Amino acid sequence: MARPQQLQVNPLPTTILDRRDVIPLLIEKPDDFLCVGGLAGAAQELTAISNDAPYVYAMAGAMGAATTMALGLALAQPKKRVLCVTGDGELLMNLGALATIALMNPPNLTIICVDNGHYGETGNQDSHTGFGVDLATIAGGCGIPAVLTINTMDDLPEGRRLVREGNGLAFILLRVKEGKPLNNGRLMQPSVGRTRFREHLLGHA
Amino acid sequence: MTTHDVTTGAVAWPDELYDLLRRANVTQFAYVPDAGHRVLIDRSLADPDVHSVALTTEEEGISLLAGADLGGARGVLMMQSSGAGNCINMLSLTKGGRFPLLMLISMRGEFGEGNPWQFPMGQAVKPVLEAMGVIVLTASHPGEVIEVVSAALTMAFQSGEAVAVLLSQRLIGAKKFA
Repeated sequence: MARPQQLQVNPLPTTILDRRDVIPLLIEKPDDFLCVGGLAGAAQELTAISNDAPYVYAMAGAMGAATTMALGLALAQPKKRVLCVTGDGELLMNLGALATIALMNPPNLTIICVDNGHYGETGNQDSHTGFGVDLATIAGGCGIPAVLTINTMDDLPEGRRLVREGNGLAFILLRVKEGKPLNNGRLMQPSVGRTRFREHLLGHA
Repeated sequence: MTTHDVTTGAVAWPDELYDLLRRANVTQFAYVPDAGHRVLIDRSLADPDVHSVALTTEEEGISLLAGADLGGARGVLMMQSSGAGNCINMLSLTKGGRFPLLMLISMRGEFGEGNPWQFPMGQAVKPVLEAMGVIVLTASHPGEVIEVVSAALTMAFQSGEAVAVLLSQRLIGAKKFA
């Protein structure tokens, strides 16, 4: 009977990076950005490395929202650099968003997809990327101009350059091992997150 | 083809509607294309002062406009009624976050519809949006479009509500099927 099979086309290297080590190094200073964190691990990690800062909008639901929410923010705030951190499960739910974002090509947006190949929040089931689906190839096929896959620490300097100095839309696929994200808790009230983000950025709710 | 052509000048409301949205400082126009929104989409594409965002699915627009609000901008999401169902879970973000939202929905599957495929979603638009906390207004005649959308703009951007305006087939014309 049919079931998901490991893809044999262009097999990806085995993941070796620990997200808790590499994400703080890749982002380094989150306060240089306006940040949108997709549900679960990405939101927890942005909250942890920013010490629960108001310039992070961290989600615990609305799966699929992060990338296009960051697009709307980037279009509204062209003088600020916007950082979207999402996961493989969330991105798989809304792949078309990469096509939408590529067509708009906001020069102030970087998307980091933390790809652990699993649905970490719901019991660690394999995701499609765990079977070999390559989100970086999809991002490139959509037309995102700068696409990078980080498999090892050797790839990190180019990733840091794209996040920090990249003057254009960029997509970074950060391939990590299974394992828990950095997590010091996160704001669970979406309306409070909106209010404090806007007060921080705009000076009013 | 619609039963009347909005380019003839006989129907002025689409252009008036675009001007109304611009006066209300709407700067992000997001849409999955539909004939009923042709003038709004074309004018947004031609307007150097707005972002015209073509979506692959309507739910992208819900989160896009929440992001616009985080950045202090206003937007409108345009779709055909068949797209309303694609937005439902994403409206969790709108309601939970108390983000303002303005949707313009060109209706199918109601007044004079000749394609049976359009009825299930067309008839469900109002109840499912209301179930997610969206206030639903309807415009059925050219003379009331500006009044209804003006009300929706106030409700969305002054009061912070999520509001959908249904543009009835009575207004935009039922598509002809042979």
